[in-house]
Amino acid sequence: MTQPSGKTKSLSLVLAGSGGSGVITAGNMLLAAAAKAGWYGLMTRSAGPQIRGGEAAALLRLSSEPVSAQPDRYDLIIALDWQNVQRFSDEMPIDAETVIIGDVSAAKNTPEFVTEGPAQRGDIDFKTMSKAIKGGRPNMIALGTIAALIGLPDDALDAALVASLSKRGEEAIAASRAGVEAGRAIAAEMPATPSLPAPEGEKTGRWLISGNEAAGLGAIRGGVRFVAAYPITPATEILEWMSPALTKIGGVLVQAEDELASINMAIGGSYGGVPALTATSGPGLALMTEAIGLAVASEVPVVIVDVMRGGPSTGIPTKSEQSDLNMALYALPGDAPHIVVAPNSISDCIFTTQWSVHLAEALQTPAIVLSDQALGQAKSVIAAPADIAFFAQRETAVTPAEGEVYQRYADTGSGVSPMAVPGTPGCTYTADGLEHNPRGTPSGAATDHNIQLDKRQRKLDSYDYGQHWAEQEGEGDTVVLTWGSCTGPVREALEHLAGTDHKTRMISLRLLMPAPKEQLIKALEGAKRLIVVEQTHSGQFMGYLRTNIDLPRDVEHYCIPGPLPIRPGDIEALVKEGTPS
Amino acid sequence: MTAETATAPKHSPRDYKSDIKPVWCPGCGDYSVLGSITKAFSELNLDPENVAVISGIGCSSRIPAYTDCYGFHGVHGRSLPLATGLKVARPDMTVLVASGDGDGFSIGGNHFMHACRRNVDLTYVVMDNRVYGMTKGQASPTTEPDWDNALTPGGSGISPFRPLVIALAAGANFIARGFSGDQNGTARLLKEAIEHPGFSFVQILSPCVTFRPDQKEWKDEVHDAAVDPTDDLGRAARRLMTDDGFNTGVLYRGQREAYQPPIGEASASVSDLEGKFAL
Repeated sequence: MTQPSGKTKSLSLVLAGSGGSGVITAGNMLLAAAAKAGWYGLMTRSAGPQIRGGEAAALLRLSSEPVSAQPDRYDLIIALDWQNVQRFSDEMPIDAETVIIGDVSAAKNTPEFVTEGPAQRGDIDFKTMSKAIKGGRPNMIALGTIAALIGLPDDALDAALVASLSKRGEEAIAASRAGVEAGRAIAAEMPATPSLPAPEGEKTGRWLISGNEAAGLGAIRGGVRFVAAYPITPATEILEWMSPALTKIGGVLVQAEDELASINMAIGGSYGGVPALTATSGPGLALMTEAIGLAVASEVPVVIVDVMRGGPSTGIPTKSEQSDLNMALYALPGDAPHIVVAPNSISDCIFTTQWSVHLAEALQTPAIVLSDQALGQAKSVIAAPADIAFFAQRETAVTPAEGEVYQRYADTGSGVSPMAVPGTPGCTYTADGLEHNPRGTPSGAATDHNIQLDKRQRKLDSYDYGQHWAEQEGEGDTVVLTWGSCTGPVREALEHLAGTDHKTRMISLRLLMPAPKEQLIKALEGAKRLIVVEQTHSGQFMGYLRTNIDLPRDVEHYCIPGPLPIRPGDIEALVKEGTPS
Repeated sequence: MTAETATAPKHSPRDYKSDIKPVWCPGCGDYSVLGSITKAFSELNLDPENVAVISGIGCSSRIPAYTDCYGFHGVHGRSLPLATGLKVARPDMTVLVASGDGDGFSIGGNHFMHACRRNVDLTYVVMDNRVYGMTKGQASPTTEPDWDNALTPGGSGISPFRPLVIALAAGANFIARGFSGDQNGTARLLKEAIEHPGFSFVQILSPCVTFRPDQKEWKDEVHDAAVDPTDDLGRAARRLMTDDGFNTGVLYRGQREAYQPPIGEASASVSDLEGKFAL
């Protein structure tokens, strides 16, 4: 066995097969086992649109160090069958050192990238092998083969297997163990692959969590106790995690009949005084935009998490893209200032969602959190996140003194006016999407419109967002400006570039609206070279930057649509050579 | 002090009325419905701050601002989800939803069906005048197919929707019809609807004197339903399928339990949840 290739101490592998073949289950077990045994790791999911019979792949990267991005190349690819694996070939960079294992002897269906490609091949017919085991499944055999090839300890894998299958009973566990054993036994006949680097540090203080779970947890940490939502890929896991979690901590989740209902239910719950959230993806956000405008006008706090997927329309539901940016910023009717924030890692899904609850509540406005499939449906080993103080703190009204009248939309200096919780005597008011005067009475008068427009803008503009508006890392006069899930590969590229002549720093925007113009202009001071990185086709982020600040004439732009991930090597080559690898 | 004065409501209907002048045309049926609503609140002796009136868009949806309760005038067609969110989050509030035949049955039709099915303890009052008044006279889902108007000249040609039948089939727990011309009778229906657990649907025939002057005749067409408020679905279905649309009274009173998931009862802490992620 050789040491892993690539620039970091990591090992990357893909477990692919037809949908329903169990590659995601096996991938999850592999990641859990490696995590328990002391490694860091990242598992990204890629799938076709079909629930069964399509294609699915678990893309894993295991390392002795925290992993922030998908790898530049894969060491090992294991295919349970060849049905649709060809569709993933673009997403799995391979080379002469890559080992591909599957039923390569089968004359038909073996895809070209295997038969004609540069990789070494190992022949295992997982399906036939599984038939020799009572209750045997091909995915468990593959799991055993992978564990043996990369040097994953037996006990760690067995513990993960038992934990995953405990509900399915002893028989299922025995069958899976037999499969793993058979897989291990045959591994010796395969071409050698790199083995895992020795784990470093203490695994205590680490978490294994997905981006969607992290967003749900961040919301609960921030004080959300009411959720209404409609299922949609790739956001559903937020809801499925939150539903039982909310019940345990005294909150509630309601499944709505559609996204029009879910956002309005969330607004209703929040109007009642309970911090509220809904989660969706692009098509759902499109349906919600009218009611998000209502939350702006009526000044009701609410958090909307959009786990972005490929668009337009139904697009690519199971794969990632950053192309809802324009919709999140600009889709509301009228001049409608609101909050838009974006997490920059799986771990940051906790922080940013928690922060969004705090901002929505403090500023009495909707906050849209732009996560994406690459973060949401990926699972990672992270350092346990610190407890942060951001919690829902809504300025509420108290019963006015005799002779005084409560004014829900009073024109205060900060723009934030105390919001009465229903049940408070003497503060009855009607929240309204119609323009209104300070008392809330509907009004189409120019003066009232101007006062309320100014008030709603001022409360966002005058707020102190502190250092959280962006993540800034590295040093150098080359600046990579990015946001969201593109941050991971940029972050890793920066580590590689740190010891070279190409010293580079990164600014990753977390606060997108209101645009942190002054902070950004200041942060860009001294930059000799500016590279903007985003995952859209039309350059939505570049358009956003140009709308808000003056950019140098020679700004460079690396902009690719999903579903292909941006890889660390692309950014490194971009900085060094001016073009991606 | 007599027994009667001891139990007299401490709030008069006036206590639930705001000082905002309605946008309605003189003679609009909705004035009377507003009166019935405030009378029902008064008879139930509700504290105004514990009542919320929720609406969408349209003439009838203006009602929240004309009450002195908590209110929300939301977007077109979405009053029911808005009210559902409020009631589930705040089961202690009495929540009344005000809508019209366009807001409630056309753009909000899907929510109507699912609110009946979900059976949250809400009172849904739909002021039905078989016309879009706020946009100046177009056909709604309850308009007669031959009613001539500028948007569908010669009439829509589409059979009217039967909201009470839909409500029954979708699972509403209380179904009644009232007439705005009978303010006290409608107030009695609303009082009963508010008291009944689960989703209560009250259609109130409320004439539009501006775009449907023919509806002035409704006062002669309405009649008391000479029936008991059955809880038998089969009998209720037959009754609602065969009625002439002017039968007023309580037409169905179901026994389903209201949907109210527990809220505010914690059995674990946030750090317990976090423990599941720790390695």
